[in-house]
Amino acid sequence: MASDSAVADSGWLRPMETAEGPGLSVGGRWDIANAGRLDAELNRLPSFAAARVRLDIGELALLDTAGAWLLHRSIVSWREAGAEVDLTGAHPDHAAMLKQVADNYKPCDIAPPRINAIVRLLTRIGRSTVEVLEEAGSLMAFLGEGILAFGRTLANPRRLRLTSTVFHMEQVGLNAVPIVALISFLIGVVLAYQGAQQLQRFGAEVFVVNLIAVSILREIGILLTAIVIAGRSGSAFTAQIGAMKVNEEIDAMRTLGLDPMEVLVVPRMLALMITLPLLAFVADIMGLLGGGLMAWVALGIGPGLFLERLNEAVGLWSFWVGIIKAPVFAFLIALIGCYEGMKVTGSAESVGRQTTVAVVEAIFLVIVFDAIFSIFFSILGI
Amino acid sequence: MASGNGDIGPPIIRVTGLRTQFGSTVIHDDLDLEVLAGEVLGIVGGSGTGKSVLLRTIIGLNRPAAGTIEVFGRNLAALPPADRRLYERRWGVLFQDGALFSSLTVAQNIQVPLREHLKLPQQLMNEIAALKVAMVGLPPDAGAKYPSELSGGMRKRAGLARALALDPDIVFLDEPTAGLDPIGAAAFDELIKRLQRSLGLTVFMVTHDLDSLHAICDRIAVLAEKRVLVIGSMAEMLRQTHPWIREYFHGPRARAAQITEQTSAADGPEAT
Repeated sequence: MASDSAVADSGWLRPMETAEGPGLSVGGRWDIANAGRLDAELNRLPSFAAARVRLDIGELALLDTAGAWLLHRSIVSWREAGAEVDLTGAHPDHAAMLKQVADNYKPCDIAPPRINAIVRLLTRIGRSTVEVLEEAGSLMAFLGEGILAFGRTLANPRRLRLTSTVFHMEQVGLNAVPIVALISFLIGVVLAYQGAQQLQRFGAEVFVVNLIAVSILREIGILLTAIVIAGRSGSAFTAQIGAMKVNEEIDAMRTLGLDPMEVLVVPRMLALMITLPLLAFVADIMGLLGGGLMAWVALGIGPGLFLERLNEAVGLWSFWVGIIKAPVFAFLIALIGCYEGMKVTGSAESVGRQTTVAVVEAIFLVIVFDAIFSIFFSILGI
Repeated sequence: MASGNGDIGPPIIRVTGLRTQFGSTVIHDDLDLEVLAGEVLGIVGGSGTGKSVLLRTIIGLNRPAAGTIEVFGRNLAALPPADRRLYERRWGVLFQDGALFSSLTVAQNIQVPLREHLKLPQQLMNEIAALKVAMVGLPPDAGAKYPSELSGGMRKRAGLARALALDPDIVFLDEPTAGLDPIGAAAFDELIKRLQRSLGLTVFMVTHDLDSLHAICDRIAVLAEKRVLVIGSMAEMLRQTHPWIREYFHGPRARAAQITEQTSAADGPEAT
């Protein structure tokens, strides 16, 4: 064993001249801690242009695999140069170590070979195109399965897991109220302030109420809520179902005759479709409250005037246009969340990856559908 | 290391009065253990007796509630971090599933400790990585593979190669043969024994595998009742009267392991 007293005794090498020819004497600690220096010294050594080279290792205090490798490599290179190598003074342990290294060395690649950049780029484009199409296909399949499970539950309401649904309603709905309320309140404040600054230039401060009401009720209230919920609950769905997938709980369910779609997916979808409209309503009210407060503080539009303007500015449809979108967004978020959870394979790493994908996809789809709704409503003239 | 090759020396790890607990659950209480230089020590015990916790405590991943742990004659917990690292690089650890870094290839994994602790030219590091890959019995093409492309047994071998990268004095193995098929497990035992002999390693091994205990352990420590109940050779274990130990070493599985050992011993002295 390496003793501490020997630490000071570092490895060394000394060229020598003998009667038979040149040689090298090595000693001290030939271990991995000294390997870098010894490697450099060996490389600086002039090559032996002789038929016989003597290597004396009698003074070695310690030889580990790294040191043995350096010696072995030198011996091999001398032999390749045509010299015969005499190894002298070897302690049996050191000879065994040298043999161990000599028997075991096979060069190997450190990293996979790098492919040409253009080929790599094309491969990537091709692969991701195929992946997007496959993803769309399997999402459609999952959508179909989900709708079927939903339909079965509707046709036979006793199959609904009520406890689970209510639990998820609490998780995704009630527990999200504070964050949704705070964010929409703050956005209301910001909108009112920015709107007021611009409208003041035209002396049209009072229209700030229209600005707030229309933007919050029609778009921002629901969109913001959907995005927060996609980040908060969509990701949670993926993580929960993904963790169950890793634990083989989903497989266990199937073998016990339980349908994971019915047990896991339907309650989550239903819970989110019920609670997201309610959350959107909370967001609308809090946004108006924030905007109203700011209008009062910055422009002196009191609560009475604000309500009066509000009544004139927006019809009932402005409110409904926002709320109608909520169940659709909820369906999308829950669908993506559960789908990505089901796609988890094997490792914990996969759970993390799918969760990220779920959030990005859910937000993307929410915004795409929001745009589709806008076009639809403008055609309807609402 | 150089004087190794099976000689049993003085204690290299000395644990005295160790107490570990999580919350109010006491795992070890007043546990004493000595690991001798150059031996293969197997740690056995029922599930939940804290075998892995003991290993993690010795290598400094858990903080003990009381007691001292001396490795290489030093109480590492009392040393400043920079000094502790000097001692820490003299041991290697193989975690249960290899714990390879998934973003690096096997060869790059082996180079991590080299890169972290030493300044070596890349060429030499590549050669050392190739040497370790071959020493643990992996084929040369495994060097450029990522951990996800390897089987469980190969991942363990790669993990062992990384543990051996710095030519450590002590190797800690956490259930090295768990999850391997019997042939793979026997080959892994063989590998550990061969490396231990040729490199003069001290091996601290947590295991459940009776075949491993028979095949490669010089001494066995039994963890029970929150301490090391007994420590000694296999022959001494078989003579113990404690009910759990009797059950463990004389149960049906133990008998099967003994029979294999006797048969292989009868085949020839070098067969074990």
